[in-house]
Amino acid sequence: MITLTHYLVLSAILFTLGVIGVLIRRNAIIIFMCIELMLNAVNISFVACAHYLNSMQGQLFVFFTMTVAAAEAAVGLAIIVAVFRNKETVNIDDINIMKW
Amino acid sequence: MEAYIFYIMAAVSVTAAVYLIFEKNPVYSALYLILTLVSIAALYILLEAQFIAAVQIIVYAGAIMVLFLFVIMLLSLNIKEELKDAIPFQKIPALFMGILLFSVLCIILKSKFVQGKQGEYTSAYVASVGNTKLIGNLLFTDYLLPFEITSILLFVAAIGAIMLAKRKL
Repeated sequence: MITLTHYLVLSAILFTLGVIGVLIRRNAIIIFMCIELMLNAVNISFVACAHYLNSMQGQLFVFFTMTVAAAEAAVGLAIIVAVFRNKETVNIDDINIMKW
Repeated sequence: MEAYIFYIMAAVSVTAAVYLIFEKNPVYSALYLILTLVSIAALYILLEAQFIAAVQIIVYAGAIMVLFLFVIMLLSLNIKEELKDAIPFQKIPALFMGILLFSVLCIILKSKFVQGKQGEYTSAYVASVGNTKLIGNLLFTDYLLPFEITSILLFVAAIGAIMLAKRKL
């Protein structure tokens, strides 16, 4: 029998993997994909809690999260393209013009 | 049966996520992320959220990941670039912090913090009306304002993306 805890632990594992990816990778696009992974991990816990609490709100929130993720991906990738046009790289160690 | 599908899909999604963060080539990383997203969609079907599963595949695995692959192929990235490490010894502390974060999350899950009031949408009721119909009803009644604001958000995002990516205004 699969309980709510199974889904929440899976969600925690995926979220942690996303955080580790953001911390250890140097490619801006892969960091962006790890952020998408974290958003998905949170979505799993939304839907799982909604199912086990006989509620619909969780699924609606996932709907809104996906919209925000789509908007964020469009703007973020546009920023990456703009940075690449100026610096010829997406390695975040080389993008340090805001460092004091 | 349900348990087997859950374990298989959970294993696939976690394995693909591990490959995503340790893969050198960004194109392969994007493909592994698509695998993760599709297996998460299968989990949504197990949780009786058919509409969300369909949207997950269409919007995430379809639209957003195509955008990612497009940008990766457009930029013609140098894979070797990442081998030099500007901040040495960052990987071990990062892994340690990740394990720490996971333990904290598990401690929260073990406490009786995760509880709530049972709602009215039981499985039998949702099956009799239909998942998509219920979501549509809620979106156009109780959640009408957030739904409309969402459209403005997408509009602003589209304008912002064009503004940022355009060479000269």
